[in-house]
Amino acid sequence: MNDIIIKVENLSKRYRIGVQDVIHDSLIASLFSWIKSPISNFRRVQKLSKFDNEDANDIIWALRDTSFEIKNGEILGIIGRNGAGKSTLLKILSRIVEPTSGQAMVYGRVASLLEIGTGFHRELSGRENIYLNGTILGMTKKEINDNFDNIVEFSEVGKFIDTPVKRYSSGMYVRLAFAVAAHLDPEVLIVDEVLAVGDAAFQKKCLGKMSETAKAGRTVIFVSHNMHTIQDLCSRTILLEDGKIAMDGPTSDVIKHYLQPGMLQTGESDLVNNYRARKSPGTLRAKSIRILDSNQDICSTFEINDELNIELEISNVNSNGFAVSFLIYNQQGALIYHIRSQDGNINTKNLGSTATIGMTIPRLNIIQGRYSIDVWVGNHLDLLEDHIESTISFEVVNRGHSKVPLRSIIHEKGKWQIINT
Amino acid sequence: MRKSSTFSREVIIKPKSGWQIINWKELKEYKDLIYFLVLRDVTSLYKQTVLGFSWAILRPVIKMIIFSIVFGGLAKIPSDGIPYPLFVYAGLVPWEYFSTSITRSTGSLITGSGIFTKVYFPRLILPIVPCIAILVDFAIALSIVFILMLYYGYALSITILYLPILIVLMILFTAGLGTWLSALAIQYRDVTHGVQFLVQILMYAAPVIYPISWLPESYRLYLAMYPMYGVIEGFRAALLGQNAMPWDIIGIGAISAFIIFMSGAYYFKRKERIFADVA
Repeated sequence: MNDIIIKVENLSKRYRIGVQDVIHDSLIASLFSWIKSPISNFRRVQKLSKFDNEDANDIIWALRDTSFEIKNGEILGIIGRNGAGKSTLLKILSRIVEPTSGQAMVYGRVASLLEIGTGFHRELSGRENIYLNGTILGMTKKEINDNFDNIVEFSEVGKFIDTPVKRYSSGMYVRLAFAVAAHLDPEVLIVDEVLAVGDAAFQKKCLGKMSETAKAGRTVIFVSHNMHTIQDLCSRTILLEDGKIAMDGPTSDVIKHYLQPGMLQTGESDLVNNYRARKSPGTLRAKSIRILDSNQDICSTFEINDELNIELEISNVNSNGFAVSFLIYNQQGALIYHIRSQDGNINTKNLGSTATIGMTIPRLNIIQGRYSIDVWVGNHLDLLEDHIESTISFEVVNRGHSKVPLRSIIHEKGKWQIINT
Repeated sequence: MRKSSTFSREVIIKPKSGWQIINWKELKEYKDLIYFLVLRDVTSLYKQTVLGFSWAILRPVIKMIIFSIVFGGLAKIPSDGIPYPLFVYAGLVPWEYFSTSITRSTGSLITGSGIFTKVYFPRLILPIVPCIAILVDFAIALSIVFILMLYYGYALSITILYLPILIVLMILFTAGLGTWLSALAIQYRDVTHGVQFLVQILMYAAPVIYPISWLPESYRLYLAMYPMYGVIEGFRAALLGQNAMPWDIIGIGAISAFIIFMSGAYYFKRKERIFADVA
């Protein structure tokens, strides 16, 4: 029995990206081009599938000369920035798109979950959609019959199973869709970021089901932006950058390489070591950073409305003073806070050669999730001295409150009152 | 966990080359998917309508009434001595099947792009499914012919046994043309807009509202290359038993339906690899 279940050899895929239309500056020119437009439109549409000129500027290589092997029973994670070729790779392995060159050998039945609820029909009932979606995902009618009760139970839709899914709440819809997917039993399971749906409790249930599948000896290829999920599920991970494999190895090594060191750093972080993303044109240096709670204890987990303190130690300080900014990003890379010492009304002149600056956020007011902090240090003229991305991270949790997760970026409790009874 | 061995196989993913036009073995593996897609089309079509499946009867019946007034009554188009409503209805039954299936089949890849850009299955299933699903409407509409025949005092003749041959021919041609048009439409969306005119032209080219005896004899063999020409005339002959079965035009039509089907499947296969890229 061959131990290799997927073998990828020099896989490449190119796409043609749309080139902007020419804009005409005269009426005659636009009239002329309007008359010609059927011909040029025809060429453009035809070009979507024809590649005569290899190096034309509107061709991009989504994947270039990628080779790797996956052993039977392996759980492989794939990480990388948006546009690194993750989805293209999954689509080729799922046989949805054809590679431009190279080949992949797959020895087994593949099921791909690039989205959940593929082919759901709004007018049909939950029951009908289970069969439809199940067969689309590659199950046979018999397999669905055998699993039907489990699927309904897993989805928690209960008595609504014969109601058209257009009457479902979005939560029910997602649960039903995932329930079908969770009962796939292929030899190779290809999963794109589909777990990022549903409420927290259901997500947890899905992850449990996934790792169960994995433990049952299935081969799983899993793409996610969530490093914790990748870390929990995958033993080996491939990092894609610009369509090429940048690193392939044990998950923790690859994640460490991929993330800025600070993303894994919590509580306190030493900034003297080399950070990959550091720009230091000046002499001022950020030396260390700490995150503290309201009791001034080092802390890595906060409640939604907690107080948060950041302390930054800076070396090579001169008598002219300095300025500091903290930039707090959420996991999706959105900048949530940009907090500047210039707004803080403090005097940084004539301090010693090392100084520690502290900043307090009285109420975080941000929802549950992981956040990372960029540090910017400038001189008295606001010119950049030292900039480090992702120095440290902290977690926000939603403990005592409602079970329903918040969906906004910032959180406001609001001041509530009953006006009338 | 159970191991399903039926699907276990080796798959090599690479730029395609090869000559097998239709992978029957693979289609058979996906028979459950075909079944549920057909079921979806059949059950979803009349969901949230008051009249439900009655529409399958009403559509051809209303057309029969309109055509009888306009073409039979006002334009005085002959009908080989058959009462015009019965004459036109017998032609409308296969025609309605063809026109509905072709329109749905042409758009099938576009409407199905949400599915085939996410999951692999033989894409040929998509244009074929409407051709199977509309058979339900076809069967319902066909049953009304017998009521009309009873009303006009026509007895069933033995020629009705030829009907299955004509139905197979009708499906073959519809599926073939649908395969062609769907593969064209996914890349060139103009086809979706153009197909309604094509259907209209094809209706007047087929003997739906007129008998073939109405046209000069010399046109007959040319028009026979259009399979619905023979199918519709054949339907009338088989159902009403008044004219002889026009085997010559049915034969020519069968050859051309076969060519259209095979070339359609071939073109589809050639284009299949780029569907997900252009969708």
